[in-house]
Amino acid sequence: MRVVVIGGGPAGLAAAGAAAAAGADTVLVDSEPVLGGQFHRGHPQRVDARVRHLANSTVWAVEGMRLHVRTGQADSPSRTGEVLNADAVVLATGAHDRVVPFPGWDLPGVYTAGAAQALAKGQGIAIGQRVVVSGTGPFLLPVAQSLKAVGAEVLRICDANTGLGWLGHPRAASPAKLAELLGYAVRLRSAWRPRTAVVAAHGEDKVNAVTVAKLNPDWTIRSQERIAVDAVCVGHGFTPRLELAVTAGCTLVDGFVAVEHTGATSVPGWYAAGEVTGIGGADLAAAEGEVAGTAAARGSHPSRALAKVRSGRRFAAALAAAHPIRAGWHTWLTDDTLVCRCEEVTYKDLRAAVDLDAAGTRTFKLTSRVGLGLCQGRTCGRAAIDIATALASDRRTFFTPADLQRRPIATPLRLAELASLPEEDL
Amino acid sequence: MRVTIDGVPSQAAQGQTVAGALLAAGRTSWRTTRHAGKPRGVFCGIGVCFDCLVTVNGVADVRACQRVLVDGDDIRTEEP
Repeated sequence: MRVVVIGGGPAGLAAAGAAAAAGADTVLVDSEPVLGGQFHRGHPQRVDARVRHLANSTVWAVEGMRLHVRTGQADSPSRTGEVLNADAVVLATGAHDRVVPFPGWDLPGVYTAGAAQALAKGQGIAIGQRVVVSGTGPFLLPVAQSLKAVGAEVLRICDANTGLGWLGHPRAASPAKLAELLGYAVRLRSAWRPRTAVVAAHGEDKVNAVTVAKLNPDWTIRSQERIAVDAVCVGHGFTPRLELAVTAGCTLVDGFVAVEHTGATSVPGWYAAGEVTGIGGADLAAAEGEVAGTAAARGSHPSRALAKVRSGRRFAAALAAAHPIRAGWHTWLTDDTLVCRCEEVTYKDLRAAVDLDAAGTRTFKLTSRVGLGLCQGRTCGRAAIDIATALASDRRTFFTPADLQRRPIATPLRLAELASLPEEDL
Repeated sequence: MRVTIDGVPSQAAQGQTVAGALLAAGRTSWRTTRHAGKPRGVFCGIGVCFDCLVTVNGVADVRACQRVLVDGDDIRTEEP
């Protein structure tokens, strides 16, 4: 029985440990040099010694239960290849920051919240000396804390929602999580501003100021002020990393991998855990990983982890309800605001593509070139689909988010690497 | 570790990424876009957005935020 776990963050670590403990021959594939994922960055984690850990490794293609892996330095043509044949797979590929576009968001000095966090925790670097943090969700608080720890002055923490909605769900909350969040809130309260947002970044070659707006509940602008900064960090929740799930054929619901209580997806032998199944944080991800890893290895029912999953999901639902993305952000855009950073597709270009009666995601992409650049829509896809759906509101909705996650080659590969693959691997 | 960034020798620490070294040297952008020539540096920091591409030891299009430096690396940016 071989279980392959993809992703070495909290969910994948727990899944690999549980699968090995249940007696499966377990392989953990992770793209980072050390384990821990984004959450534990700067604090490398260990995994059960029985697990074969493939570091610096990425699953770039999936054919049934055959996984194609490259191992080596990031983007290096000298990576080596391997094919893993799995009896069960646990997808724990996590999520990356979702950012809604605004004028100037492509200026150097504007970073995602995840970048600010990774640079602070992993590299000891502050993205700036005078920083405004903006977006929505509890993740903004630990990011602001990390920025302060590396010497940045955090001028504002702007949450476009009220940010306190989750306090209205005390039965849903885990006491430890509430205490952690309240701790941040106390330490950071002087900078925290509910119902505000960075709606524009200014500068020539680098950001030197932002427009911070007070918002209505629908995120339209009430009033604005200009603040001098040397960096901005933005995060509007997270987008799951779905390429492998989509390629494997897993059913999605509301943009996440649909799972049963065991973590089983709609595809036999494929399990999923952590943020690819819904945004819930590291504790929930670890509990889901334990459940899915155990189920994948056909181990005995982990009842404590299952109970943690149930309570964690209630808390996650309360947090999600408190941090919606409201359509008022569309009113922040100007004609020349870039939506697709790679292909330099503006809001005006998207409008023109929809006006041409783009009949679905494919024609919308081919007409406007949105999502066809280097990042393949990973950064802008969600926003582009939201904009297109809003603009085409008087017509049938053709646009589905999964269409922007369809990437049969899940991670960039060099042609020389493809050419060097042994024939039996193709 | 000793590395070279756009021809200038510099010191790097174990575990430092190319992006970490560039930012530590005060660089915030090192590429320009194809059409409008807009500057780009780090945006996502976790290998998703491909804004931060550099050339490492002659190999183009390497994500600076993902590539961990090794002794002797020669880093070239598009906009030194």
